Amino acid sequence: MDTMAAIKQTFFQECDEQLAELEEGLLAIERGEGDLETINAVFRAVHSIKGGAGAFGLDDLVRFAHTFETTLDGMRAGTLDAAPPVVKLMLRSADALADLVHIARDGGEIDGERVARMSDELVRASGATPAPEQAAPAFEPPAFDGDGQQVDEFGFAPVQISFDTLIADDPAAGTVKVHFAPRPELYAKANDALRLLRELGRLGEMEVACDTSAVPLLTELDPEGAYLAWDITFTGDVAESAVREIFEFVEFDCDLTVETVAAPVMDEADAARTVEALLAQVAAEAAPPVAPASPVVVASEPAAKPAAANTQPGATIRVDLDRVDRLIDLVGELVINQSMLAQRVTEAGIARLSDVAVGLDDLENLTREIQDSVMAIRAQPVRPIFQRMSRVVREVADMTGKSARLVTEGENCEVDKTVIERLADPLTHMIRNAIDHGLEKPEDRIAAGKPEQGTVRMVAAHRSGRVVIEVSDDGAGINRAKVRQIAVDRGIVAADAQLSDAEIDDLIFAPGFSTAAAISDVSGRGVGMDVVRRSIQALGGRITIASRPGQGTTFTLSLPLTLAVLDGMIVTVAGQTLVVPLSAIVETLQPKAADVHALGEKARVIGIRGAFLPLIDVGAVLGYREEEADPLASVAMMVETENQSQCALMVDGIIGQQQVVIKSLETNYGHVFGVAGATILGDGRVAVILDVDAIVAGPARSDSARKRNAA
Amino acid sequence: MMQAYGQEASAASELIAFRLGQQEFCLDIMSVRDIRGWTPTTPLPHSSSYVKGVINLRGAVLPVVDLADRLGFAPTEPSARHVIIITQVGDQTIGLLVDAVSDILTVAAGSIQPTPDVASELARAFMKGVIAMEGRMISLIALDSVLTPGQAGQGLPN
Repeated sequence: MDTMAAIKQTFFQECDEQLAELEEGLLAIERGEGDLETINAVFRAVHSIKGGAGAFGLDDLVRFAHTFETTLDGMRAGTLDAAPPVVKLMLRSADALADLVHIARDGGEIDGERVARMSDELVRASGATPAPEQAAPAFEPPAFDGDGQQVDEFGFAPVQISFDTLIADDPAAGTVKVHFAPRPELYAKANDALRLLRELGRLGEMEVACDTSAVPLLTELDPEGAYLAWDITFTGDVAESAVREIFEFVEFDCDLTVETVAAPVMDEADAARTVEALLAQVAAEAAPPVAPASPVVVASEPAAKPAAANTQPGATIRVDLDRVDRLIDLVGELVINQSMLAQRVTEAGIARLSDVAVGLDDLENLTREIQDSVMAIRAQPVRPIFQRMSRVVREVADMTGKSARLVTEGENCEVDKTVIERLADPLTHMIRNAIDHGLEKPEDRIAAGKPEQGTVRMVAAHRSGRVVIEVSDDGAGINRAKVRQIAVDRGIVAADAQLSDAEIDDLIFAPGFSTAAAISDVSGRGVGMDVVRRSIQALGGRITIASRPGQGTTFTLSLPLTLAVLDGMIVTVAGQTLVVPLSAIVETLQPKAADVHALGEKARVIGIRGAFLPLIDVGAVLGYREEEADPLASVAMMVETENQSQCALMVDGIIGQQQVVIKSLETNYGHVFGVAGATILGDGRVAVILDVDAIVAGPARSDSARKRNAA
Repeated sequence: MMQAYGQEASAASELIAFRLGQQEFCLDIMSVRDIRGWTPTTPLPHSSSYVKGVINLRGAVLPVVDLADRLGFAPTEPSARHVIIITQVGDQTIGLLVDAVSDILTVAAGSIQPTPDVASELARAFMKGVIAMEGRMISLIALDSVLTPGQAGQGLPN
């Protein structure tokens, strides 16, 4: 079943793309930018998911997608107006569809009631459609056997071609209609329906509709049975006798009716395209082996075809992330090798302007360029995560009874894939907070002279080698008096503390802080902004807040472009070279004798501008040396830890700043206390990257720190 | 000698033999990825004495285990003459520091004898069996336990 699992994985990957497209399209329609093209794209997305789901027997998904599709079809046909409430319903249905897809992928309980309710609403919405059945013929999920081959004789199953509209047209005079339903005997005698249909095709223009309604479930399916029937309508001038002649040899092995009826009025070009499409499909499906990797339903109606061509995404390939990482490793190695080579050349006393040296310079430029390009492979636009947030906005707005819209900017800003993945939770939380705590109730907004609907803005931009994401709302801003009161109540700050506005704003990041007076369903789950700050810091980023009373609050996230590299301070400790993440370092200084004080038996503190910070010898904590180093001969680095406490780390000396490529120690070894990872320096040696939080917390607390980091 | 064994290749396995002090050991050749000369390692904090540290192998960071120390012999004082055998153990790649690689052997599966009882408890934990060859005794190393329990990095949830 490995093939099957792989196909299924592809299906879910495609589903994610379709869902994104669906949501994007619906949002465009909501903004009033949707044209027929957009509606078609939306319809196609749902249709593809349905088709694929059918192939995997995901019945719940198929049923819901079908209902959804029916309603969408009404919109496409123009019988259902894309009024705001309808689009809202569609957006919620898209969310439900996404949930069903994810449940199908990850397992879990389907909220049957919600799905049923949603289906009801959809059916009611499409009530105005004259004949929903017409647009949605009974869909039988095609079944796969173990090899991923479709079981009915022609491998027809996932293809659904609806020619109903064409056939339903009022026939005019002089057309031959054929109903052809082979019996099992026909196939047993080595006849082939495909061949007969081809023969018919030679007679003239025709419309073919395949009736799959008789196809049973896989369990009841007789592999030697015959379940398909065809309705053929000739559009051109064809003699009934010629048709009968083709069926001459199979007459007794099938149910056949041939009659001359009035010719339907139809667009000949359409018809030609349809037949072409059908024949192409029949040929493709009949040709062994059936390509099972594409469960996507092919061209449903001629009208949908031009649209398909327009929305074709740029040429992309899916590549295993491991391969990219391997490439990044190798390129990193290339850079190191190249610099070692350059060093050797200099050592060998070769002149700067010699051919060798000039050639090496070119090589250096090339390797840097390769490194940049390889890093860019991992970069992806933040668009998908921004799109996901529009759903969060909808849900939270619904729950809190507030009206909110999301405005996004800079969705094409590219960040490392891992950074994007790990941004989802913090961003979700921030959006929730912005609506739940930031935006006022509609009546308060109107009273304050603001539009009833609140706006949450998400803006991404590149700024000096980092990506900056701003999440802002136009709500009431931070109620500083209240925040301060809560902080005092919870013992976070002393009652008489003198705090600046910025310091008060910063309090919301304090662990265990929650401003909601009544803990609401939405944000007050005991996890607050401290968790957000911690997860952003875990990404090597920083989060800051700016708030103006009455005008709103802005959170600014500053993130590294990639997790694969890190800006580090290269230091020496007990003869070892270590890397300290630059993001943790606040300042460095040379301790003076007057500032270092002993505290208790062993501990020492350092006085900086009136505050006393614990002085920690990195060499001793890591076990590189028994005796603590002399602070006066060391360099002290002020570091800020994830819980905002400051601390001074003692190292022997600072070599410089450098961007280093992060390597995992866990892959081949395991977690080491005090070490966040490893890197390879210019000389090819490995240097460990310090885990500042663990060092500050000390070995006793390292267990919990490690668990947090792993989470 | 190689030809004689080569004829029954189907039931035979190839082993890399190496020396630790005066004793000979061997490894299944299929688990060996590379053999390279000693390069200085970067020591890891709080690691066991037999973990010499980590090295860079074509961009991957992997630990080097002093096999002599691990087996309870006197720790190796590594020099340029020493050799690191890069091996694949499960999902992990680790380097084994040994004195020298001596031979490639082809032995029939049936010629591996159980480890005699006399060996020390520690040494026996790392041996799958012994092979008699031309009057020499070569012990077959069980790689699985070289970097397992008691190890700083092991047993952690990943």
